[in-house]
Amino acid sequence: MAFEPLLTRNIHKENPASIATYLASGGYQGLARVLKEFTPEAFVEEVKNSGLRGRGGAGFPCGVKWGFLPKGLDRPRYLCVNADESEPGTFKDRLLIEKDPHLVLEGIIASAYAIRCSLAFFYIRGEFHGPCRTFERAIEEARAKGFLGKNILGSGFDLDLIVYRGAGAYICGEETALLESLEGKRGLPRIKPPFPAVVGLYGCPTIINNVETLANVTLIAERGAAWFAGIGRPKNTGPKLFCLSGHVKRPGVFEAPLGIPLLELIHEHAGGMLHPDRPLKAAVPGGSSMKILPAAKCDVLMDFDSLAAVGTALGSAGGFVMDTSVCIVDALLNLARFYAHESCGQCTPCREGTGWFVKILTRLENGDGKPGDVDLLAEVASRVEGNTICPFGEAIAWPVQSYVAAFRDEFESHVTRRACPLGAAAGRS
Amino acid sequence: MSLPVRPETDRQIDTLLTRFPRKGSALLPALHLIQGEKGHIPEEAMEYVAGKIGVSPAFVMGVVSFYTMFQRAPIGRHHIQVCMTLPCALRGAGGVMKHLEKRLGIRRGQTTSDGRFTLSAVECLGTCDTAPMFQVNEDEHGHLDAKKVDAILERLK
Repeated sequence: MAFEPLLTRNIHKENPASIATYLASGGYQGLARVLKEFTPEAFVEEVKNSGLRGRGGAGFPCGVKWGFLPKGLDRPRYLCVNADESEPGTFKDRLLIEKDPHLVLEGIIASAYAIRCSLAFFYIRGEFHGPCRTFERAIEEARAKGFLGKNILGSGFDLDLIVYRGAGAYICGEETALLESLEGKRGLPRIKPPFPAVVGLYGCPTIINNVETLANVTLIAERGAAWFAGIGRPKNTGPKLFCLSGHVKRPGVFEAPLGIPLLELIHEHAGGMLHPDRPLKAAVPGGSSMKILPAAKCDVLMDFDSLAAVGTALGSAGGFVMDTSVCIVDALLNLARFYAHESCGQCTPCREGTGWFVKILTRLENGDGKPGDVDLLAEVASRVEGNTICPFGEAIAWPVQSYVAAFRDEFESHVTRRACPLGAAAGRS
Repeated sequence: MSLPVRPETDRQIDTLLTRFPRKGSALLPALHLIQGEKGHIPEEAMEYVAGKIGVSPAFVMGVVSFYTMFQRAPIGRHHIQVCMTLPCALRGAGGVMKHLEKRLGIRRGQTTSDGRFTLSAVECLGTCDTAPMFQVNEDEHGHLDAKKVDAILERLK
């Protein structure tokens, strides 16, 4: 089924990242409309009415978050763009940054206007060298045309935008760790409350928004909240970039309205399973932190509420697919190593729990698993979940809980057989 | 005491000190500049930048050691960073790493004795549709197999 590309409307053009290309197809007219026809507060309402939910992983309503800013202007407000994209399986923000930076930039400017911010930061993961350079070029182009700087389009609104590179830390995608990093420190998440909207960057009211969220703000600026809310379904509105990787023929980013069936994404957009003789075993819908769906549960719609209803979540929409060649224990061990490596170490349950997951899964995979190990995995996970400063605890607890719950027999057989039934398997490094 | 960085780098760091509402934010960009010039961040450079920012050298060491991109010791001319996280692992990252270890005669985490290559296992680089992949310095190489890897190594002098 073909959908009108909205977020991906420019990515296949020649010179897609240039402002000339962007302007030629009506770019920056949305911003002009907002600056002319909306007060900042009225555009906050507009974004609220669109139903836009954050595209970074939490799915929190964007306009509602903006509404948490305190009314006073005694302290500056900051907008931080979260371009730290590091959730395994996710590669949609980099696509926008590289192939349509102005779509993102226009949304940044309109959002900064709405929240009365005059200094914004673009926090991009350090490893994205090429995308960073492309975005810096786009900023220079926008500045030259007066879309950034003083008195934008004669509106009286000023905005400066600073690009800030991370240096390799998955945890800096968590909004408060991002703020700590931006302040020049180790990326250790902060306790919430207070929330960044009240006490954020340099202690000032701050909004952190994902790249794709801001690209959607551009669409709302162009065509309005009512149009946006007509895409998808109530509480799950708007177009979405879905990533699919793993054992599919055509891994990539696919745009569709929220609510497309997962199986349609896998079999139509991504070309189906990679090997004809290796059917689907499981899929993770939204980045490695989200609970796994065994094949029998993959007949599900890809939106926030539909996935929550079946016990998982859309997350970053960084989906990946595993076929029957995969040892689920080995796959989970791979993830456990990732989370153990990336844990900031502040919270005892996470710091120690991730270490225990690696230890137990390693001995299971090596055939040295002890009776009770599978229960131990679930028990440790239950002591991590809900007991940490930031959602990183859930990010490892959920995979452990869900892989064990969905594939318990496979875990148990590692213990009883004293070996991995599949031998050398997919996640093995 | 002579500067542990070139005058040009020192000037760029001075500019950074006034770019942000709080001086502390200049630390990460300054560390990127230092590593851009020297290939790594030696302790004298950490002491130097601590003085510029107004924090302790231990604070700077804490920041440098937290972030995986910052190197505390020299590395090879070509830093091969192989993504090993699950979406890449599903498409053969393990095999790519083993092949590289064999070809280069080193284990992951090590540098060849001629200083040409450093080989590292890294976490998800956000390009899972091109799995398996690695990044060499700033360049991404995807859809790898043994033949492609060998061709890339051949081109890297």
